[in-house]
Amino acid sequence: MNIPFTQHTLDNGLRVILHEDHRLPAVAVNLWYHVGSKNEQPGRTGFAHLFEHLMFEGSQHYDKGFFHPLQEAGASLNGSTNPDRTNYWEVVPTNALELALWMESDRMGFLLPALTVQKFENQRDVVLNERRQNYENRPYGLAMMAITAALFPPDHPYHWLTIGETVDLKAATFEDVRAFFQTYYHPANASLVVAGDIVPADALERVHSYFGDIPPGPAPGALDVTASVDAEIRLLLEDRVEFPRLYLSWHSPAVFTDGDAEMDLLSDLIANGKVSRMYRSLVYEQRIATEVMAFQNSRELGGFWQLVATAAPGRTLTELDDAITRELSTLLDEGQTADEVERGRVQAEAQFVYRLQTLGGFGGKSDQLNAYSVFLNDPGYFERDLARYERVSAQALHRVAREHLRRDRCVVLSVVPKGRHDLALAGSTPANVS
Amino acid sequence: MSAVDRSRLPPVGPTPPFRFAAIHKDRLKNRLAFWTAEHRGLPVLSLLLVLPSGSAADFEGYEGLAAITADMLDEGSGDRSAIDINAAFARIGAHLDIDVSSDATVLSVSCLSRFGRQALSLMADCVVRPRLAEADFDRIRQLRLTRLIQIRDMASAVADRAFMQLVYGAHPYGHMALGTEEALRQITIADVRSFHQRIFTPSSVTLIASGEISAGEFEQMAADAFGGWAPDEASPVPDPVMAPPPEEPAHRLALVNKSGAAQSEIRIGEVGLTRSTPDYHPLLVLNMVLGGQFVSRINMKLRQEKGLTYGARTSFDFRRGRGPFIMQTSVQSDATADAVQDALREIEAIRGERPPTHDEVSAAKAALTRGYTRNFETVEQVARGMAQLLLYGLPDSYFDTFTDLVSRVELDQVRQVAVTHLNPGKLATAIVADAELVGPQLTRAGLGEPVPLLPRL
Repeated sequence: MNIPFTQHTLDNGLRVILHEDHRLPAVAVNLWYHVGSKNEQPGRTGFAHLFEHLMFEGSQHYDKGFFHPLQEAGASLNGSTNPDRTNYWEVVPTNALELALWMESDRMGFLLPALTVQKFENQRDVVLNERRQNYENRPYGLAMMAITAALFPPDHPYHWLTIGETVDLKAATFEDVRAFFQTYYHPANASLVVAGDIVPADALERVHSYFGDIPPGPAPGALDVTASVDAEIRLLLEDRVEFPRLYLSWHSPAVFTDGDAEMDLLSDLIANGKVSRMYRSLVYEQRIATEVMAFQNSRELGGFWQLVATAAPGRTLTELDDAITRELSTLLDEGQTADEVERGRVQAEAQFVYRLQTLGGFGGKSDQLNAYSVFLNDPGYFERDLARYERVSAQALHRVAREHLRRDRCVVLSVVPKGRHDLALAGSTPANVS
Repeated sequence: MSAVDRSRLPPVGPTPPFRFAAIHKDRLKNRLAFWTAEHRGLPVLSLLLVLPSGSAADFEGYEGLAAITADMLDEGSGDRSAIDINAAFARIGAHLDIDVSSDATVLSVSCLSRFGRQALSLMADCVVRPRLAEADFDRIRQLRLTRLIQIRDMASAVADRAFMQLVYGAHPYGHMALGTEEALRQITIADVRSFHQRIFTPSSVTLIASGEISAGEFEQMAADAFGGWAPDEASPVPDPVMAPPPEEPAHRLALVNKSGAAQSEIRIGEVGLTRSTPDYHPLLVLNMVLGGQFVSRINMKLRQEKGLTYGARTSFDFRRGRGPFIMQTSVQSDATADAVQDALREIEAIRGERPPTHDEVSAAKAALTRGYTRNFETVEQVARGMAQLLLYGLPDSYFDTFTDLVSRVELDQVRQVAVTHLNPGKLATAIVADAELVGPQLTRAGLGEPVPLLPRL
């Protein structure tokens, strides 16, 4: 099981990865720029994502918006920004590959001449509304801000969320756009995947003609940062919610590094699905929680692992915390059962095969190739990625869990209903987010 | 600087032809139907169990019965507990998904094809032999009651709820699948057992498989798993979704108060059309022009021109009965009245002063048809496509003819369906917002005095 590909680097530094798959008459174009909110500065947050919006507002040779010609050609398209990278993709019928390459290359090479203050201000308003809709007006929507701010020091680029601070977004200037584009949006900081119903030699030639003349910029320097939590930190956040919720967060391995796959598997085994340990104990048997979940947030400069539980009516976060602590200590003492390890392995295998079904979009084959290309400089990592999960043992899971899930290195956030500080875990101090 | 001509966009070639997978349909001896679409390539399978009855089948006073019954299916079977059943799915790397919509109940499992037999047999355990024990029921009901309370804090869910209540009232489409607190407290495990017995029968259920499997293999698998299910006397009952919806909304403008809300959630719409309307394809095209894609009129106005929102869209929710036409958006509070007026104006204009143009209609048709093939990339997409055919009584050739059907839609038809099926005089507006801030704003703008609404949850 793998994703066969060929790889080329143009003279201007653009990495090009081609993958052939003729199951459908469609082609996925997927372009990653190795820039995200981690490249922002304190006081200037939210800019990478705001910039992503501007990439859809038109470029020099087609200044009527990015969506019009592509939607009319039958494309689906989107983009996203996270702390580590910004991606853009189109899935087009085979006959519209040329159009997708034309559009992507025009905004890589010729964005600035078409940018206006009016577009900039309009999209800043859109982003402020996106922030209100997805964070401020959503129950528990500000919790992640409080957590990352506590896990990472103020000068660490994961301290803030990608959406940014409202005050910073309002302070962003049109001049910032030019500098950001010149620093990060150029071929030497990008990786392009063309996948699907293509003849690779032909596709490469087209990529060459569209992207080959775009001048490279300077390679952004690597970030050198560290973060650790050396004591339990207890925080509280008031929100317009009915039921208190507890978030426990720990630093964990960076994406694709030793222990990352184990922490990923542990999230499912510990808290995702009815058969997980925490669901069974907190929701099914004791009925003190209504939901539990866990995630390994795999990131480039270091990850964090989270466990989340919402209190059932009339139950307290202290009860939840006690039950979670008991389950975790059993786990840290005894490790995972053989049955759990086998379950984790077969689930991973299934997930990898499902992923192979989809060419484009977020998480499709083209996106996957770019993740390997940008983070590891190795698009051929698929088999080794799967092997990370297949070779997982009970011993490895046990070792990694004991190494990372220590209570004296944990950020514990209580989210409580407005005016109910008393419902937070004892000793919690208010988190400062908005 | 390059050989590339940037003075104009490159032309797009002709749309490649598309053929949906061949569907094999048959029945087991107990009349249980099974449909197969063999789709080789990867060792994966999508298995669906489709029942053409959903939350619209809830009796009055028992809103939520269909959904809680479906939710109970994987809570134990025979001598196996809920945990045992879910562990059995987990051991084959699979997960049972249960979805109850107004018109249907769909159980689905995706799995590696080598586990197909086990997955199907587990589905049979859930559907044919669920435990339906009282203790499990109490737990599940409590979780659902809690969920209802949590929903009160979710502005977008409250807005959906308020809108459907406003427009459909006591019609079977007027309540959420989750039901109401009052009804959930009323329902007993005995209700669930008799509902399960009546609704889940071999003659009402269809099994669908797509992926690395032949019709013969699926037949054997289905017979092993479901062959022992005792046949029923198929007795056709009237489809509750066909009840006529109210002619008019309960109120034209309703406001649900959410003090301190950071934004206003807005829903505007009316009772729309059934999936079987002969105007289906012209309406799809109309919707693309009005609010069905990024470049549609309403999104361009509210987001790209004014920056009031992260996005705005419209949809005709075609169901077996008359589903809603809805415009939905979430906007900054101080622009609520402005956004409502703009949306109403756009709906009015597309049937009057600014009818769809030739360019808009041809772009919309192209957007609907040119990329159509990507809707059927995964085995699950193919299986869900078959479920659509089943639920709406469409011919097997439907997906093959879709492009043609849309291409034949003419400009005049699109203009005509806008006039016929958008009724500005019947549009209802439901808003979830800080009432103190937004109420006076609406009245000042001449939109009238909003009726305070407390959605039934």
